[in-house]
Amino acid sequence: MLRYLLRRLLSAVFVLWAAFTVSFLALYALPGDPVAIMLDSGTGEQGTVDPARAAALRHEYGLDRPLPEQYLDRLVHAVRGDLGTSVRSGTPVTRTVLDAVPPSLTLAAAALLLAVLGGVLLALAATWPRGGWLRRVLTALPPLGVSVPTFWVGLVLVQVFSFRLGWLPAFGGTGPSGLLLPAVTLALPAGAVLAQVLARGLRGALAEPYAVTARARGVGRGRLLLRHAARNAAVPTVTLAGVLTGNLVAGTVVVETVFARDGLGRLTVTAVSTQDIPVVQGVVLFAAAVFVAVNLTVDLLAPVLDPRLAGPATA
Amino acid sequence: MTVFADLPVRAAPVRGALRLLRRPDLALAVLVLAVVVAAAAAPGVFTARDPLRGVPADRLRPPGPAHPFGTDYLGRDLYARVVHGAGESLRATVVAVLIALVVGTVLGLLAGFVGGAVDEVLMRIVDVLLAIPGLLLSLTVVTVLGFGTAQVAIAVGVAGVAGFARLSRSEVLRVRRTGYVEAARGAGVRWYGVLARHVLPNATGPIGALAALEFGTAVLAVSALSFLGFGAPPPTPEWGALVADGRNYLAGAWWLATMPGLVVAAVVLAANRIGRALEHTEEGT
Repeated sequence: MLRYLLRRLLSAVFVLWAAFTVSFLALYALPGDPVAIMLDSGTGEQGTVDPARAAALRHEYGLDRPLPEQYLDRLVHAVRGDLGTSVRSGTPVTRTVLDAVPPSLTLAAAALLLAVLGGVLLALAATWPRGGWLRRVLTALPPLGVSVPTFWVGLVLVQVFSFRLGWLPAFGGTGPSGLLLPAVTLALPAGAVLAQVLARGLRGALAEPYAVTARARGVGRGRLLLRHAARNAAVPTVTLAGVLTGNLVAGTVVVETVFARDGLGRLTVTAVSTQDIPVVQGVVLFAAAVFVAVNLTVDLLAPVLDPRLAGPATA
Repeated sequence: MTVFADLPVRAAPVRGALRLLRRPDLALAVLVLAVVVAAAAAPGVFTARDPLRGVPADRLRPPGPAHPFGTDYLGRDLYARVVHGAGESLRATVVAVLIALVVGTVLGLLAGFVGGAVDEVLMRIVDVLLAIPGLLLSLTVVTVLGFGTAQVAIAVGVAGVAGFARLSRSEVLRVRRTGYVEAARGAGVRWYGVLARHVLPNATGPIGALAALEFGTAVLAVSALSFLGFGAPPPTPEWGALVADGRNYLAGAWWLATMPGLVVAAVVLAANRIGRALEHTEEGT
């Protein structure tokens, strides 16, 4: 168990290091000149850069030094939690990113709750009927959920619930009423993925010999679904957590823009449109760290959910 | 050559196409994609109106016989804009899928075929790419390359590379263990001969299914990036940008954001349906 833990931890650290390296290479080493990009401020007018200012900036960001030296320097700083300063605002990147987390976390948590609730209910409802049109309709819903553009769903919800019915604030609403529409929008794709995987797991579990045996013993269909099948289908669903997290993080970028909410997604869009390279790298690293942390937790939880995985064979 | 009759041979595409049409929802999906591709190739056939010229007297007309999708705040016909936007959006999507397909498959084949340290390094890189959400990966590329349809296409393509690399590697490893590959190697066929004649033809099915699914993902990603304002500059009628345009008129003109979004959803749904059908054909169900 200890060796399993250690190996997971090592591979998590490795992915973080590699994410740093890949984003460094992409943002600092590939084609364009970062300073030209920063000074250009996204207007697309190149060639108006003042050479003296460019040289000063280049020196300030250490871009006049050889690439390997820059890389090592940035890596050492990154390990200490220093990701440089934002080109636009001049504030430390780590601070900027962490400040943007709380509102996004609230949104993501609300969305996750809705996604899990909705996904599980839908999967159960789609497995319950033994056939017929209801089952077909319910099974067709999740593919629909992953096919509609998130930004469009958000706008349609605003149209219906804010402008037609006037039930909820449209944009920039605070408190629970302002959170509901963005959370539903963000939850939709995540919940659809969850429902798909869980329904497949449930259907698989119901076809297993133990399910048939239990049914023959006189266990009711509902009890079989909830007690027996659900427990077995839970394991593959939990391993989905990493995908769902990525889904939610990427979703905040779109949803926060649609609903004009502050947070990590809004920060990302602003950083990209002003080509604020250090902030973009900060967000990418943060997303990778969250993904790694979630997967690590799942790896540690999996043996608890499925005792077969905790056997001595998993060294 | 009858000895080889039991070797894995791909079902004739014609027969496959006929089987597709026996299912109505699948036929509908194929039809939707065909119409959109036709609109991208020859927009003039679908609408005679100019997507860029507005008629001020016809501002913000709701959908009706004259304007099936309504008109926008400049009196431009929304249907014409969506039809003419198909070219821009689909071009970006196709380029993105091609980048993901070619780069990913080459990396995967390389990793699976060479093995050893090359495999190890390439697959670690793939792991990292999978650890960063696709949209963030695309946004990183957009930061470096700048804004525009071509840049968005490349960015979305980069985000899809990891999936293809992983799949094609596992396909290589699967096919490599089969008897006919070992027989070919034993008969003295060089590795590139084995790759071209045995491994690739047998891996095309699953990779094709993933390409169809990736097409749907790419339509969504391209439209999301263009919605965020990183695509082509304003008058160009890209689908995502059309929805973004409609955002300011939600209260009065519901059709502006709704109609282009419906088209995107229909295309993605169709691509996913076809992708899943291809997957099932591969699994033999």
